[in-house]
Amino acid sequence: MSADVFAPWENPKETPLIRFENVTKRFGDFTAVDNLTLDIYEREFFALLGASGCGKTTLMRMLAGFESPTEGRITLAGEDIAPIPANKRPVNMMFQSYALFPHLSVADNIAFGLKRSDMPASEIDGRVDEMLGMVQLRQFAKRKPHQISGGQRQRVALARSLAKNPKVLLLDEPLAALDKKLRQETQFELMDIQEKLGTTFMIVTHDQEEAMTVASRVAVMNTGQIKQIATPDAIYERPNSSYVADFIGEVNLIDGKITSSTEKSCKIAWQGGTITAQPPSKLKKDTEVRFAVRPEKVSIATAKPKSGNAVQGKVLDIAYLGNISTYYVETATGQTIKAQIANARRLSRRSFTWEDPVWLSWSDTAGIVLTE
Amino acid sequence: MRRAVVILIPYLWLVALFLVPFGIVLKISLSDIATAIPPYTPNFDFSAGWAGFKEFLSQLDFENFIWLTEDDLYWKAYLSSLKIAIISTILTLLAGFPIAYAMAQAPKEWQPTLMMLIILPFWTSFLIRVYAWMGILSTEGFLNQFLLWIGLIDSPLQILNTDWAVYIAIIYTYIPFMILPIYATLEKLDPSYLEAAEDLGCSRTQAFWSVTVPLSKPGVIAGCFLVFIPAVGEFVIPSLLGGSKTLMIGKVLWDEFFANRDWPVASAVAIILLLILVIPIVLFQKQQERQQEADS
Ligand SMILES: Nc1ncnc2c1ncn2[C@@H]1O[C@H](COP(=O)(O)OP(=O)(O)OP(=O)(O)O)[C@@H](O)[C@H]1O
Ligand SMILES: [Mg+2]
Repeated sequence: MSADVFAPWENPKETPLIRFENVTKRFGDFTAVDNLTLDIYEREFFALLGASGCGKTTLMRMLAGFESPTEGRITLAGEDIAPIPANKRPVNMMFQSYALFPHLSVADNIAFGLKRSDMPASEIDGRVDEMLGMVQLRQFAKRKPHQISGGQRQRVALARSLAKNPKVLLLDEPLAALDKKLRQETQFELMDIQEKLGTTFMIVTHDQEEAMTVASRVAVMNTGQIKQIATPDAIYERPNSSYVADFIGEVNLIDGKITSSTEKSCKIAWQGGTITAQPPSKLKKDTEVRFAVRPEKVSIATAKPKSGNAVQGKVLDIAYLGNISTYYVETATGQTIKAQIANARRLSRRSFTWEDPVWLSWSDTAGIVLTE
Repeated sequence: MRRAVVILIPYLWLVALFLVPFGIVLKISLSDIATAIPPYTPNFDFSAGWAGFKEFLSQLDFENFIWLTEDDLYWKAYLSSLKIAIISTILTLLAGFPIAYAMAQAPKEWQPTLMMLIILPFWTSFLIRVYAWMGILSTEGFLNQFLLWIGLIDSPLQILNTDWAVYIAIIYTYIPFMILPIYATLEKLDPSYLEAAEDLGCSRTQAFWSVTVPLSKPGVIAGCFLVFIPAVGEFVIPSLLGGSKTLMIGKVLWDEFFANRDWPVASAVAIILLLILVIPIVLFQKQQERQQEADS
C-alpha cells in the first residue's frame, strides 16, 4: 500500500487514540458488551454496524461516560478514562434524538457547551457563527428547534457537538430520521466536515450502505462482540464469517465439504456438484465449509459456459430494481441462488424470464471459502 | 352542523356556570340593601314590560363600589390576601418542586403509588383536616409537645391563630395542586436532554438549573396559578386557624353576607376579587402569546 493512503491501523508504530481493552458491560445478568477489544486511531471515521440490540449504543455511552464498564478498561490518548466524569471528557456525542434544548435558540444551543468551557465570553459569538456557517444555518440562528426542519435540526445537533472541538465525536445513528435523499447528501457533508476538522468520528448505524460510504473502517458487531473490523472493501470482499458475509450486502451461501485443497485452490463438494475456489489456507479434506459468493459476481446465461463453476437451474423469480435485476434461480437440488445483472438494456429485451432453464456461473476467484 | 354542536356545548357550559352567575352577582352588587327577601332592591319584574325594565335599570348604581374605596378595611383585606397568597404560593412551590422532582426520579414502578399518596388526603373532608391542624398547632398541641420533649424550646410557641398557622395550612392543603402539574412536566422530560447537557460540560447541578428548571416552567406556572387563585379567596383556613389580626378578603366577604346580610356590598367585594384575579391572568397569557409569536 502506498504511503499516502490513510491506514494507521496497518502501521504498528501508530498508537491508537481510543482503546477498548477487554471491555465487558453487564446490565444485571444480561451481557450487552462481551469482552470486547478495539483500537481506533486519530482522524479515523469509524463505523459500528450491527443488528438492533447488539450493544452499539452501550459501547458509545461507555466512551462518553454515561455508563461505566463492568470489566476491562477504556483509554483515550493513553489515559484510562474511568475516573473522568462525562462532563470533563474531551468526547462529545450527537444523540440519536438530537436532544436539542427546546427552550434555547439554535445559536444558544450551539453556544451551550462553549459557555461552560474555559473559552472567553468574547470569543463565543465568533465560534458560534463559525459553526453556523459550517452547517449553513446562519439565517436560522434565532429560531427555536421546533421551528426548523428535521434535516436542519440534525445539522444543529452536529454543530453543537463539534463546537467544543472534541477529540472524538460520537454519532449515534445520526441520519436515521432523515429520508433517503437527504441522508445521502448529509453523508457526504459529514465526510467533508470530518476531513476538514480531522476529528475522530465514531458513528453507529443500522444502514450498511451508510457505513460503507462514510467510514475508513467498519466494525460488525453481534451480541456484544466484534465479528470483524476492516475497511469497507475488505469487509465486503473478504468477510471472515458467514455472519458478516450475510450481514453486509447480499450473498449466496452454499454448504459443502472440502474434497481436496492446496494453498491456492480447493474443491468443495456440495449437493449440486463441485465448486473450485480459493481457500484462505490449505484446508484438511472433509472440512465443513461454507462457500459465499455475491449475487453480482454470478452470471446468468442460457448456454452452459465453457469455464469456471457452473450450475443449472430455472428462474424462480425476478426482482426488478430499476438499475439492476436480481434473478432467483432454483437449482435441481432445490437451492435458490441469486444472480444480479445490471439492466444495461431495456426491460423488453430481457433474454430470459420466469421458468426458463438457465446456467449460473462464476469464476474460481469470485467467492470465498468460510470456515466459521 | 355537528361541528357547531361540539363547539356549542363548552360555550353553553361556560354561559350557564360562569356568565349567568356572574351577571346575577354583578346585578346584586349594583343594587341597594333592603330589609326584604331577597335582601336587596330593585327586583326585576317581567310583568312590568319595557317601562318596568327602564325603571329597574335607573335604580342600579355604583354606590357599593364607591363604598369599598371609602372604608380602608376592604383594600387592606385585598392587599393582605394577596400578600398571604403570594407568600404561600412561593412557599408551596419551594416545598412542592423537590417532591415532584423526587417523584419523577423514583423508579417507574413506584410512581403510581407515590401519586396515590399525594392525592390520598383528598379522601377525607377538608374541614376535618383543617381542624386536625388546630390540634397539632395549638399551645398544647402535638407540635409544641414534641418540640418541648426534644428540648428545642422551653415554653410553647404561639402558632395557632397567627399568620403562620394560615401559611402552614394553605401549603398543606394546596401542595398537591403544585406537585401534580410539575411532576407531569418533569416526568415527560426526555433524559437525553440532561445527558446532552452533561456531555457539553455541565455538572449535574448546572444541568438541573439550565435544563430541568427551564423545561419545567409550564408545570410551575400551572401549579402556581392552581395554588394562588384559591388561596387569595381562602375563607375556611384564616377563619379557623388565623388570628383576629389575620385579614383576608374571603373572611370579609363571609361577614358581609352572613353577619351584616349586606348582599350588595358582599357582591361588590366578590366582583373586585374576580377582577383582581382575572386581569393579571389575562395579561400574563397575552404576554406568553406575544412571546411565542416573537419566537416564530
Ligand atoms: N440501562 C439498561 N438496562 C438494561 N439493559 C440495557 C440497558 N441499556 C441497554 N440494555 C440492553 O443492552 C443491549 C444493547 O443495547 P444497545 O442500546 O447498546 O443496543 P444497540 O446496538 O444500540 O441497538 P439499536 O441498534 O437498537 O440502537 C440491549 O439488549 C438492551 O436491551
Ligand atoms: Mg442504539
